[in-house]
Amino acid sequence: MNATRSLIAASLAQAMPLDPGRHHMLHAAAPQAGHIEWLYWITFWILFAVFVLMIGAFVRASAKTHVEAIHPLPILEKDEKADRRAGWGVGAALAVTVITLFVILVLSVITGKRVEGLTSQNPVTIQITGHQWWWEITYPNPKADQTVTTANEIHVPVGTPVVVLTNSKDVIHSFWAPNITGKRDLLPGYSSAFWFQIDRAGIYHGQCAEFCGLQHAHMGFSIIAESSDAFQAWQQEQLKTASEPSTSETIRGREVFLTHACLMCHTIRGTDAGSRVGPDLTHVASRNMIAAETLPNTAGALAGWVVDPQRIKPGTQMSPNPLAPDDLQAVVAYLQSLH
Amino acid sequence: MAVAEPILANDQDTGQSELAQRLARTWSQPKGLWGWFCNTHHTDIGIRFMVTAFIFFLLGGVLAAMIRLQLIRPENSLMGPDLYNQVFTMHGSTMIFLFAVPMMFQGFGVYIVPLMCGARNIAFPRLNAFSYYLYVGGALVLWGGLLTNTGPDVGWFAYVPLSGPAYSPGHRADIWSQMITFTEVSALGVAICLATTILRHRAPGMTLNRMPILLWEKLVISIAVIFAMPAVMVASGLLLLDRLVGTHFFNPAEGGDVLLYQHLFWFFGHPEVYIIFLPGAAIVSTLVECFSRRRIFGYTPIVVSVVATGFIGFSVWVHHMFATGLPQLSQSFFTAASLMIVIPTGTQFFCWVATLWYGRLQLRLPMLWCLGFFFVFLIGGLSGVMLASVPVDLQVHDTYFVVAHFHYVLIGGALFPMFAGIYFWFPKMTGRMANATLGKWHFWLFFIGFNITFFTLHFLGLRGMPRRVYTYGPDMHWQGLNVLASSGVIFMTAGLLVFLVNVFRSVRVGGIAGNSPWGDAGLEWSMSSPPPPYNFLHVPTVSGRDPLWEDPPDQPVVVGLRDDIRETLVTHSLDADPQHKDEDPGPSIWPFLSALTVSAAFVGSIFTPWAVPIGAPPVIATLIGWLWPRGQSPTPRQTGESWVH
Repeated sequence: MNATRSLIAASLAQAMPLDPGRHHMLHAAAPQAGHIEWLYWITFWILFAVFVLMIGAFVRASAKTHVEAIHPLPILEKDEKADRRAGWGVGAALAVTVITLFVILVLSVITGKRVEGLTSQNPVTIQITGHQWWWEITYPNPKADQTVTTANEIHVPVGTPVVVLTNSKDVIHSFWAPNITGKRDLLPGYSSAFWFQIDRAGIYHGQCAEFCGLQHAHMGFSIIAESSDAFQAWQQEQLKTASEPSTSETIRGREVFLTHACLMCHTIRGTDAGSRVGPDLTHVASRNMIAAETLPNTAGALAGWVVDPQRIKPGTQMSPNPLAPDDLQAVVAYLQSLH
Repeated sequence: MAVAEPILANDQDTGQSELAQRLARTWSQPKGLWGWFCNTHHTDIGIRFMVTAFIFFLLGGVLAAMIRLQLIRPENSLMGPDLYNQVFTMHGSTMIFLFAVPMMFQGFGVYIVPLMCGARNIAFPRLNAFSYYLYVGGALVLWGGLLTNTGPDVGWFAYVPLSGPAYSPGHRADIWSQMITFTEVSALGVAICLATTILRHRAPGMTLNRMPILLWEKLVISIAVIFAMPAVMVASGLLLLDRLVGTHFFNPAEGGDVLLYQHLFWFFGHPEVYIIFLPGAAIVSTLVECFSRRRIFGYTPIVVSVVATGFIGFSVWVHHMFATGLPQLSQSFFTAASLMIVIPTGTQFFCWVATLWYGRLQLRLPMLWCLGFFFVFLIGGLSGVMLASVPVDLQVHDTYFVVAHFHYVLIGGALFPMFAGIYFWFPKMTGRMANATLGKWHFWLFFIGFNITFFTLHFLGLRGMPRRVYTYGPDMHWQGLNVLASSGVIFMTAGLLVFLVNVFRSVRVGGIAGNSPWGDAGLEWSMSSPPPPYNFLHVPTVSGRDPLWEDPPDQPVVVGLRDDIRETLVTHSLDADPQHKDEDPGPSIWPFLSALTVSAAFVGSIFTPWAVPIGAPPVIATLIGWLWPRGQSPTPRQTGESWVH
């Protein structure tokens, strides 16, 4: 167990720290997040002005009339003139409030329309299904053998609208990549759609935003925005069945995979493993991270995850697999060969 | 009817007169342990509500400190997800259901409303006592759950299907559901008592148009409670049915609907925010008037605002559900409604500024807390305007930005006014003054600590930190801000310790307060501190909105109430004309016994539906004991008979 832990520690150390700008709602990389950022700042400055005015009024009112006295002072006589002036002041403040609120309402509705309206007839469509605690990603196609299925890493072409269809297999999750657009709940029993478009190539981070149980904290995903060509190439690679193992170790690894609990939950297309309970592993080696962005996709992390996932994500649906060291090494080698 | 000699209101009640002694004998509550459970006087029950709620505030605060400690560094191993989920669920549930509402609505309301109305006791005093015991029952069930490792772990909102039978086995979610039943029945009971007291027990002359703003707010909140609480009881009841008897109200696989639950929950949940905030605003209105030494500016606009808040509060609930993907048109409606609520709240703020501007501010300790309220609540209110906008909300929803927002609103809107109110009415409750120096230390420590913790959370939210995560990776760069946020806890804890020292010290050695240490206008300052068991030597009459400031020295009082039985005066709900006399039912053990049998049935139905048929007979038996006829029927007023001299 100690060996596993040090392996995990070592691989964690290798993981590249996430650029703080890759998970920030005020660093927009998409027009949607850009519109919202604009709305955020304009509302912020309006409200900041209101704040300064209100605090100013309170400070002025308090400082102007403040008297030091321990015993209760007599009550001020009714002052018609002061009341009239106060009435004008309150009335004016209310008028300004109503106008300000109306401006914010109009800005908000305009921004809402900009965020929601779809501008292209040829979008890429992605079906995202929430699971406790990972994301199933499919690129639906009328032809079944042209449908790409993967997990937790979403590839999209830069500058092309992407329509996201949502659903959930179990509880409510919420899909959220702050640099891209606002969040959308994945509700069991409801399917809905929204869209986004990414203008800058890069890897953007996202995370589940609706409390979904024990491992809500470890339910991340990434969006990889790349050129149209790279996206096409990636899609073609993903459509292939799993590569045949070529070394004796990977052949043994496949043997281990198919004779242990692994095949109860996972799919590796081209083998007998065809269950859809857990993530599709046909091209697992092509992903950067495993376990919903919890660990880097390295041999050490894979080994630690396969042996004792409950240590890393307590409560996860994957059960521990106490494999013999040779078997473990073989299965990890096999998984790493699945490009 | 007893013959009455004309008596002047400014007769000093020294507690020595023959009348005072007779009244004290008639109205006294039984002593001893048995007597404690029989007590039905509103000042005693009100203080019990407040003390109990404050204990749960401290416990909820301990949970909050645990949360801040866990998040102080990435991949912290202090708590695992199982414990952490229980802790944040318990923190939210405790603070809302066991502290904020019982403190601000039930505790303060039960204590102060009859005193402000000029009544000798609350209406339905037994229902009031029953509500207290039921509240304690709910609190014990919830915390008993945590201590036996069955603390609810599905969030204070318990969304389905996560809280349903498929994803939450065991009894954790059942305990949450039944805690809701307990506390909401308690809140409903008190709402009925308070609304009735305000409508039927006001002193003659206190027409609706002369009612103190605080009573207006309590009336509006009571009505809001009566409309809002059933929604959450339906939600938690259906959840319990799904879990206990296998119905499928919320099971999507069998045609149930997960959004139905959210609609029901937030139809309660948003008015709940105003149920917590309006008592705070009521305290602020009272204190601003008292400490600016002038009549409050804009009585009518403030009252209209309070009533409007009560109404609009019921039409904004969907802003908690923007991310569920409802149609854009309906979202815009709820954005507009959410923005609209700024207008009544703004009106109150402007009237407070105007009152201060044309008044003469005496910055005594309670007023300092009011100024703190202005600052903190203003920030929360303004960030709330941002959240009303759908696109911005879709970004910040369920992040630490929202956590920051609602702590500014709730701590600003309830906790700061609560401390203002405690320091203000402490002399009335205990007869002694709280120490002002310690009170200022308390204020500054808490104010600074609060802002360090919660202002920082805005930035964590903008940097994408979601709520309810038990840990985060080092690569997210959230540690620095989390450390800063957690450091504020030290100041807040120190402030609360100073407060506790102050209370325990001042209760024993604080300066003697006298009847009215602040020179306030409310009727509650006309009797000795603490109030005698009969509250008013003579039930007063009033001739203006600020009785103690305006009433002439020869203001008449009500005569003809018997002093050998607990007779109370019932007045007309609009113009407060005396209508008839009624008898207060007096101390009784039955409310406590009924609460026990009802609690047994509630707790049993966590485990089996058979608890309902088996638990019902004892409940019925105790209710028969409670309702057994006694005393006399109300005496109506004869035409032309005057009760006021």
